[in-house]
Amino acid sequence: MGRYVARRLLQMIPVFIGTTLLIFLMVYALPGDPVRGLFGDKGGSPQVIAQLRHQYGLDQPILVQYWHYMKNMILHGDFGTQIASGRPVTDVLGDAFPVTLRLGALAFVIEFVLGIALGITAGLRAGRVTDNAILLVTLLLISVPVFVLGYILKVVFAFNLNWLPPNVNDSTNINELLMPAIVLATASLAYVTRLTRTSIAENLRADYIRTAIAKGLPKRRVVGVHLMRNSLIPVITYLGTDIGALMGGAVVTEGLFNIQGVGGTIAQSIVRREGTTLVGLVTILVIVYLLANLLVDLLYAVLDPRIRYA
Amino acid sequence: MTTIEEVVPVPSPRDGGTDGTPLLEVRDLHVEFHTREGVVKAVNGVNYSVNAGETLAVLGESGSGKSVTAQAIMGILDMPPAKIPQGEIRFRGQDMLTMSGEDRRKIRGQRIAMIFQDALSSLNPVLSVGYQLGEMFRVHQGLSKKEAKAKAIELMDRVKIPAAAARVNDYPHQFSGGMRQRIMIAMALALEPELIIADEPTTALDVTVQAQVMDLLAELQREYNMGLILITHDLGVVADVADKIAVMYAGRIVERAPVHELYKRPAHPYTRGLLDSIPRLDQKGQELYAIKGLPPNLLRVPSGCAFNPRCPKAQDVCRTQVPDLLPVTEQDGTELVGRASACHFWKETIHG
Amino acid sequence: MPDVTKTDIKNAVASGPQAALQLPEPKSEKTRSLWGDAWRDLRRSWIFIVSSVLIVILLLITFFPGWFTGVDPTSGDLAKHFLQKPRLGNIGSPDWLGYDQQGRSVFARVIYGTRASIAVGFGTTIAVTVVGGLVGMIAGYFGGIVDSVLSRLTDVFFGIPFLLGTMVVLNSFQDRTTWVVIGALSFFGWTQIARVMRGAVITTKQADYVHAAQALGASTPRIMFRHILPNTLAPVIVVATISLGIYISAEATLSYLGLGLNGVSWGNDISDGGNQIRVAQWIMLYPSIMLIITVLAFIMLGEAVRNALDPKMR
Repeated sequence: MGRYVARRLLQMIPVFIGTTLLIFLMVYALPGDPVRGLFGDKGGSPQVIAQLRHQYGLDQPILVQYWHYMKNMILHGDFGTQIASGRPVTDVLGDAFPVTLRLGALAFVIEFVLGIALGITAGLRAGRVTDNAILLVTLLLISVPVFVLGYILKVVFAFNLNWLPPNVNDSTNINELLMPAIVLATASLAYVTRLTRTSIAENLRADYIRTAIAKGLPKRRVVGVHLMRNSLIPVITYLGTDIGALMGGAVVTEGLFNIQGVGGTIAQSIVRREGTTLVGLVTILVIVYLLANLLVDLLYAVLDPRIRYA
Repeated sequence: MTTIEEVVPVPSPRDGGTDGTPLLEVRDLHVEFHTREGVVKAVNGVNYSVNAGETLAVLGESGSGKSVTAQAIMGILDMPPAKIPQGEIRFRGQDMLTMSGEDRRKIRGQRIAMIFQDALSSLNPVLSVGYQLGEMFRVHQGLSKKEAKAKAIELMDRVKIPAAAARVNDYPHQFSGGMRQRIMIAMALALEPELIIADEPTTALDVTVQAQVMDLLAELQREYNMGLILITHDLGVVADVADKIAVMYAGRIVERAPVHELYKRPAHPYTRGLLDSIPRLDQKGQELYAIKGLPPNLLRVPSGCAFNPRCPKAQDVCRTQVPDLLPVTEQDGTELVGRASACHFWKETIHG
Repeated sequence: MPDVTKTDIKNAVASGPQAALQLPEPKSEKTRSLWGDAWRDLRRSWIFIVSSVLIVILLLITFFPGWFTGVDPTSGDLAKHFLQKPRLGNIGSPDWLGYDQQGRSVFARVIYGTRASIAVGFGTTIAVTVVGGLVGMIAGYFGGIVDSVLSRLTDVFFGIPFLLGTMVVLNSFQDRTTWVVIGALSFFGWTQIARVMRGAVITTKQADYVHAAQALGASTPRIMFRHILPNTLAPVIVVATISLGIYISAEATLSYLGLGLNGVSWGNDISDGGNQIRVAQWIMLYPSIMLIITVLAFIMLGEAVRNALDPKMR
């Protein structure tokens, strides 16, 4: 097991370098100058601009900049500085992250509980009305883009019905987070439901279920122990990877509900052409994502005894 | 979870059959499957019986209905699409088809147990072997986890799995094919049932392992005086173990006989064909015989005798009239116990 | 053609003293292949029928918008039609779905927006399938170093969240034409197809008929395209079809973020309409409905195809 982890970690290094380099290139090799943008329409004197650029190292060749960036990051934990505010990216992240964490956690709970419950219901009644209805609804949910769903919910629940507030001012208030969490969870919820449903429907026809019935076990046990232990494996692993995605910044949702989270910050940095912030944030995201993948693979080995990494 | 279950109150002398009632009796069983392509008549009027301590071998090709009959006895068929329009399955005289689901479930596993063909897919891959064995005791007899585990180890010893105590927490995929089959046997035996149905228990195994597994089964059967229904298509396996044989074709029994009689003097062309297909050393150099044709499409069973398209002796009557399962006698009419054949020309077949 | 045909076995006539000269009844079942069966199942599936009809209609709208409306979606008469409410009774006429804040017919914009979405959807899917398919095929077939390198490369692109990556790319273009958007979406979208193809190739590669072809000395391109490719098509087609819907959805989302197509598109309208949401909900509503229906149509099609091709569901 240890060797497997070591091997995976080694494999992650080139991917990490590749991804960060890619984002770096995308940000800096494309037109646009964040420093100039700082001055807005006023424009600044060329000397000041040049000085600022030098200060931020923006006048050096791309690969040199990349090298400095990586060095700073690995040696000092310095992910760069946000040009507009002058604060280190890690601070900016420190502000935004807890918000995203709360939102993501709520969304995760929703998709976990509701998704699996619906999926089990559909799977046990595969082919019948309930199943087809659930399948249809999930298809619909997948088809509705996140921002459209957000608008619809806002219009219906906030403006017309006044049940929930339309924007999030205080991100520690669950009431306020509820609607954005639902919006965020919806697409994943649909996937989880379908995945669970398929897994259960397939496993129901498996030979070992037939054996369990032939052993005279009560239905409750056949479904609750034998079926579940097998069927939920792919679902749990999918949910694991989804955690990484949720953290990854729900750009649209945060924008729609005015949430100052990671996604919103990233979106801002894209539009403002703040290369440093963007690269810094994405780098952290990539690390989180790679680690989440590794953890999910290990989790898979825990859940399924047939997969044990030597 | 553990529950304590009462056994269904049915008169059950352990040695069974002293009052003449067979342990298990299948009477005129019909099973159909309603599929979107039509109604598949998988079982069309099957009759057989087993006594305690006796081994009945049910022989037939794929599609003959032998497995479906067994599953109907166990009560594990999916009831839609399957339907049992008529018939009785009497366990110690009581018709199980008229019992409630709960009562039938209590019989399953405790008093009638089943062994399946492919142990790898028939065992739950994510639960340890000890857990699956122990489950029988925890659910049906209310034992604690520790007690159940001890019993599981005992069982594994009984079926001769080496180092049972060390391996009780292993998973099915960590055992070899033969070992897995033994585990299946152990699971079936756990509660000392009165009847075991083995559905092709050795088909997935090598020949040498086959022999070991069959020996084990025979030994355990003797020890517990169980009835055994052995379902197979392999004539070689049957000869050693069976007391009597029922040959099935297209959902019906076409011949019934004690084991030696069947091999010596088959009374049905199908049985004869099966026996002739076995390669023999003294046929070396000659072309092998095979019954021509394919098993029938159960959506469209041939009229008359279902075997007629493939039968070397088919006549007009065979195509129009379904032959009854009639007792087979000597040429002079002396009764031959336990023999019957569903062929219009059984006399010619058996006596030449 | 794929080697997955199941033909009835020819009846062998036994030799030996008891063989009679009877022939068995003639076989009445047609040959069944994966694609033949799939097509038969599809024809009967209502999901397939509904989604196909929708897609045909969408394609008609794309190529012949003039059949549906005569109005120019980009020119608006502020004086006459500023925020004019829909007249739901006049189906098909310019005022049917109301007018937006620039006096343009919402109905006309919905019709012409179809073109943008369909173009992006199909364009991206084709690009992604070709590139991703090629990468996946090469990685899966050759294995070893080639596979390692290509897989790491795939991981690298996969590591950047799709939306974020496309946002960054599109942000650096002022003039975001259809090609630019297709390019940006494809730049990150190919990874998914590459993975699916690679998996399918690895599974197919182990089949006996591939070994046979290799033993017979068939050239590599021949093996790849004539033997392996047809058998990997099934999962790729399913994923590609569903992805088409997702790409259309993505383009609309990018438009919402201000980074989408420059011209007439549903995403732009929904985004603009969001600002008017309290006073003129129809500006956002109808393009949204159209968008949802379009995405749904492709996803449903993908589902129908998957159900038809899935051997486990037979």
